[in-house]
Amino acid sequence: MKFLRDQVDKLKPTFSEGGKLSFLHSTFDALETFLFVPNHTTHSGGHIRDGIDLKRTMFIVVIALLPALMFGMWNLGYQFHRATGMEVSLFENFWYGMLQTLPIIIVSYGVGLGIEMAFAQFKGHPVNEGFLVTGLLIPMVMPADVPLWMVGLATAFAVVIGKEVFGGTGMNLLNPALTARMFLYIGYTPEMSGDKCWVPIADGVATVDGYSGATTLGNVGVASSNGTPWSDSLLSWGTSISDSIMGTIPGSIAETSVIAILLGAVILIVTGVGSWKIMLSTVIGALFMGGILNLAGGNAWYDMPAWYHLVIGGFMFGTVFMTTDPVSAAQTERGKWIYGFFIGLLTVLIRVYNPGYPEGIMMAILLMNVFAPLIDYRVIQSNIKTRLNRVKA
Amino acid sequence: MGQNIKIKRGLDINLEGSPSNDIYSVNSPATFAIKPTDIKGLVPKMNVKQGDEVKAGDCLFTDKKNERICFTAPVSGEIAEVVRGDRRAILEVKILADSKVSFKSFDTSGYETKSADEVKELLLTSGLWPFIVQRPFGVLADPSVTPKAIHVSGFDSAPLAADVSITLKGEEANIKAGFEVLKKLTSGKVHLNLHSAKDSSVYAAVEGVERNDFSGPHPSGLVGVQINKIDPINKGEVVWTLKPQHVAFIGKFFETGNLNLEQTIAVAGSEVSKPGYYTTIVGADVSGLLANNLLSDNVRVISGNVLTGTKILKNGYLGIHDTQISVIPEGDHYELLGWLFPSYPRPTISSTFPIFKFLKKTFKANTNPHGEHRAYVVTGQYEKVMPMDIMPQQLIKSIIAKDLEQMENLGIYEVIEEDMALCEFVCTSKIDVQRVLSEGLELMAEES
Repeated sequence: MKFLRDQVDKLKPTFSEGGKLSFLHSTFDALETFLFVPNHTTHSGGHIRDGIDLKRTMFIVVIALLPALMFGMWNLGYQFHRATGMEVSLFENFWYGMLQTLPIIIVSYGVGLGIEMAFAQFKGHPVNEGFLVTGLLIPMVMPADVPLWMVGLATAFAVVIGKEVFGGTGMNLLNPALTARMFLYIGYTPEMSGDKCWVPIADGVATVDGYSGATTLGNVGVASSNGTPWSDSLLSWGTSISDSIMGTIPGSIAETSVIAILLGAVILIVTGVGSWKIMLSTVIGALFMGGILNLAGGNAWYDMPAWYHLVIGGFMFGTVFMTTDPVSAAQTERGKWIYGFFIGLLTVLIRVYNPGYPEGIMMAILLMNVFAPLIDYRVIQSNIKTRLNRVKA
Repeated sequence: MGQNIKIKRGLDINLEGSPSNDIYSVNSPATFAIKPTDIKGLVPKMNVKQGDEVKAGDCLFTDKKNERICFTAPVSGEIAEVVRGDRRAILEVKILADSKVSFKSFDTSGYETKSADEVKELLLTSGLWPFIVQRPFGVLADPSVTPKAIHVSGFDSAPLAADVSITLKGEEANIKAGFEVLKKLTSGKVHLNLHSAKDSSVYAAVEGVERNDFSGPHPSGLVGVQINKIDPINKGEVVWTLKPQHVAFIGKFFETGNLNLEQTIAVAGSEVSKPGYYTTIVGADVSGLLANNLLSDNVRVISGNVLTGTKILKNGYLGIHDTQISVIPEGDHYELLGWLFPSYPRPTISSTFPIFKFLKKTFKANTNPHGEHRAYVVTGQYEKVMPMDIMPQQLIKSIIAKDLEQMENLGIYEVIEEDMALCEFVCTSKIDVQRVLSEGLELMAEES
């Protein structure tokens, strides 16, 4: 440790004010504080502080994301080899998926951290740890076939327009990772939805009989408009409900496995880093809306049991990792219940009633991000009212 | 009858070096200092100069805004120095103490029948008045107002705090007399707030006050929390608070006619070799208490507790209001990947440190903040340690935004810095909550 510290101390003047590389000061500072917790001390007021900091908090989220990411990499290989009719080992599946995914992750981190560090240097702020999570979330919600330049463009959009224009991490209105995805969805719809984008199969490569690449959400949507029962759509190629829970279905890179995502949820809830209130209320909201539609009945979407909504599409991923972003979510404790409930409710509504876009969770979260300050405002007003009523009494 | 109140949200931080029940005696300190900086917003007007001889109870300086409020010498002796800082602000008025204290005598006979104004006059001239803290804002009490209530927290729940059943043992009669005086000062009730699990026999003789029973962890002992639960402060209302030690000072003064500020305080913390109780006087030089009593050299000496106290030097002076000295290690060292693999235990409410949170019982906490300042990201953590009906994060944000109306709406009149010290402790973004709140209080006080 002493040796490492000495090396850092030797380099420090070069990057400090007046040094040759002072324009990289923020970057150096970020790396230094990553390596060493600084030797600062408190001055007044609270002389002792809790051990927790933002680095550790964000790191826990990254850990929680890993099961879903690992599974997603394997699943990518599995989907590809299954579609092309090849029998390969578990490791080969994973290796294939990793090679597909790593470039996307590298582009996302590279572009995002580059912009973050440039902004930090320009504004004289330290680099915030928030992007460690965002930079991983962006690849995880991308279709595997997405061109890398799109990832870079979307990341830049999310960081600059989604975050920095509001004042950086902590000030943003929208979830940055979803902003990136939304940007691509609106701007490059064909590459981001449909049947072809989820498994990267080059043109001309033969696929096995029955392969379509469609997602469960897509299938139920088709069944709805064709007037066929919902159960038929689930039985088509590789989209049974148990496959959905396991995650061996086509979809965005890491969104498919309910089990792997729930593992992440357990990590977030046990460590207290993610809000269980938001997760639970989102699930309740979806079940509530799904239940009402079940009672109404009509087409495939109406008839599909409400709880299926929880395991198909990106619902679980969004619920566990996206709704719980503390900055863009409601910040009051009561507000969190309302916020989550409406995300769940809107997700089901969008899925069922929007013919153009099968998945609803992304839209629902972004919409509720916008409404979160309003929810908080109402909660705060009720606290103020209690105080004012006290004076009257 | 008083109320029974259970405090659920809060946190007891258990630190190493809690005071043993022994009372140690040390040599009487040679120098004393009264620090105007201990009182928020005080601008002193000097009454003495270097070289003057004073008796215990002689006025050293008054408050420029209200010259009736005297700050008096805690002991007799010679004014050794008036220490000034930036822009000649007075930091300390130092007294070289006589070997035997001689007291200025005040006529307090028959105080039981004296009027509120006569009692006030005596408190003002004797220098006991500054022990009364006025809310909102936690400032010097204004002698021209009559508070709606007076609250005394009969126990201290802060880390390493002194136990009143030891520090006030033998002061029972003085406490009783002190409360008799306090009752004259308010048109409302005098509240004595006790903890159901703590020994409060020293208050057994006190009559005519409202006794409220609290239970639960820190900050149950903070008078601000107690007021919020019993009878919250609304806009335009004024409440006074005192510590029990200071009630005993008042009682002793009216019983004897002399200003005797001798008190028993706790000296505690992981770096103290004999943590326990020590008898000393308000404003005393602490070097006598710490001589041959420190386990290491690189330490933080705090007048007060680790959450709200003032950093002082090893030969600094005990703060006017403080009843404990805490000594903890400084944290001025780098820690390799400390945020990921902590190299030593640290107190926390975060379940990301399961061993520290659930298994470790006491901590040797140091002054490293364990992270750098960031914008607010995490929500819901302040609420876990804030038992008052106040939205802490929203209040702090309204102060950062300098939104006076919102500060008022969110209850800034009900809190002072110490009430939000635990929020500062748990803050993931390492926001200086007490400093921010202090700025907000100052801004509000100026505007109102």
